[in-house]
Amino acid sequence: MNLLAMFRRQRTAPVARERLQVLLAHERMASGHSELLNVLREEILAVIARHIQLDRDKVKVKLDRAGDVATLEIDVEMPEALARAAPRRSTAAASGPAWPTAGTMA
Amino acid sequence: MMSKVLVVTSGKGGVGKTTSTAALGAALAQAGEKVVVVDFDVGLRNLDLVMGAERRVVFDMINVIQGDAKLAQALIRDKRIDNLSLLPASQTRDKDALTEDGVAKIIDQLRLKFDWVICDSPAGIERGALMAMRHADIAVVVTNPEVSSVRDSDRIIGMLDSKTLKAERDERIEKHLLLTRYDAGRAARGEMLKTEDVLEILSIPLLGIVPESVDVLNASNVGSPVTLNNPTSVAAKAYFDAARRLRGEILEVVVPIERKGLMGRLFGRRVA
Repeated sequence: MNLLAMFRRQRTAPVARERLQVLLAHERMASGHSELLNVLREEILAVIARHIQLDRDKVKVKLDRAGDVATLEIDVEMPEALARAAPRRSTAAASGPAWPTAGTMA
Repeated sequence: MMSKVLVVTSGKGGVGKTTSTAALGAALAQAGEKVVVVDFDVGLRNLDLVMGAERRVVFDMINVIQGDAKLAQALIRDKRIDNLSLLPASQTRDKDALTEDGVAKIIDQLRLKFDWVICDSPAGIERGALMAMRHADIAVVVTNPEVSSVRDSDRIIGMLDSKTLKAERDERIEKHLLLTRYDAGRAARGEMLKTEDVLEILSIPLLGIVPESVDVLNASNVGSPVTLNNPTSVAAKAYFDAARRLRGEILEVVVPIERKGLMGRLFGRRVA
C-alpha cells in the first residue's frame, strides 16, 4: 500500500447519496405505476359495470414502456351475447374504433 | 385528548425500532401521558426483553385475539412508571394469527384506555409490518444513515401512503424520520450519509437524531428504556426531545455529539 493512499481519506458518502437518488427515482416510478394501474383498472371496471355485466378478469390493463414512450393498453373482452346483439355501425362511423383498446401516455 | 396510534417502523431489521419504541414510550409516559407499547413481532418478540418485562409475560396479543384472555390480563404495567404498559407479542404462534378484525378490536380498546398506542413493527414488509401500520395516525420511520436502510425506509414510506387505513380514506398520515446510530464525526468526514442527505432523499420531517451510543446498548442490556436508565445521556436527550415534538412542541433538532474520553477516541475509531 502506498503512503499517499494511507493518508487520503475516502469520502464515500457522496457516492452513497448519488446511488440512492438514482435507484429510488427508479423504484418509486415502478411502484407508482403499479398503484396507478390498480386504480385505473378499478375505475374502468366500475364504468363498464354501470352498463354491462362483465367478469372482473375480462378487463386487462397493461402499461408497457419502450424507450421514452409508455403505452397504456386496455383490453375488454365483451360477453358473446352482447357482441352478437350489437348493431353494425355504418362505414362512416366505423372509421374510428368503436371500442378504444389502446391509448398512449407520454 | 384524542388518543393517538403511532407505528415505529423501518423495513430493515436491526436499525433500532424496538429500542426506539421503548425509549419513546417511556419518554412520553415520563411526561405524564398514558402509554402502551405493543409488540407486533409475532414469533420473534423482543420488546418485553428491552423493557425488562420478559419474566412477567403470561398472556399475549394472540391470546386476546383468539379469546383465550381478556386484554386487561395481557397488559403488563411497568414497575418503574405506572402510566406505561406493554402488550407482548406471541412467541409461539405464526403471523397469520394476527387477523385484521382481531387487531382492529384491540386497537379500538387500547385507544379508550391510553393517550398513546405505540406499535413496534417487525422488520420486513409482510403481514406483521402491515398490521402494525394499519391503524396508525402517526408513523416514526427509524432509519440508519446507510444505503440499505434508506432504501427500505423509502419503500415503507410508500406503503404508509397506500396501505394504511388513513391512506385508504384519503387522509394524511403524519410521518416522521428518526435517524438512529448516527455518528456526527463520520458524517462530517464524508464517510457516512449526513442528516441533510437522508432528509433530502426521503423528504419527510425530522423527529430526531439519536447517536450511536453505548448508553443505548447498556439500557437494553439491563432491560430499561434509555430515558429511564440514563436520562442525562445524549441518546436519552434525543428521545426526550423527540417525545416533546410528538406532543406538538416546536424544537430545533440538534446534531448529537457523543463525548468520548481520550481512550474512547483512540480505540473508538479503530474498532468501528
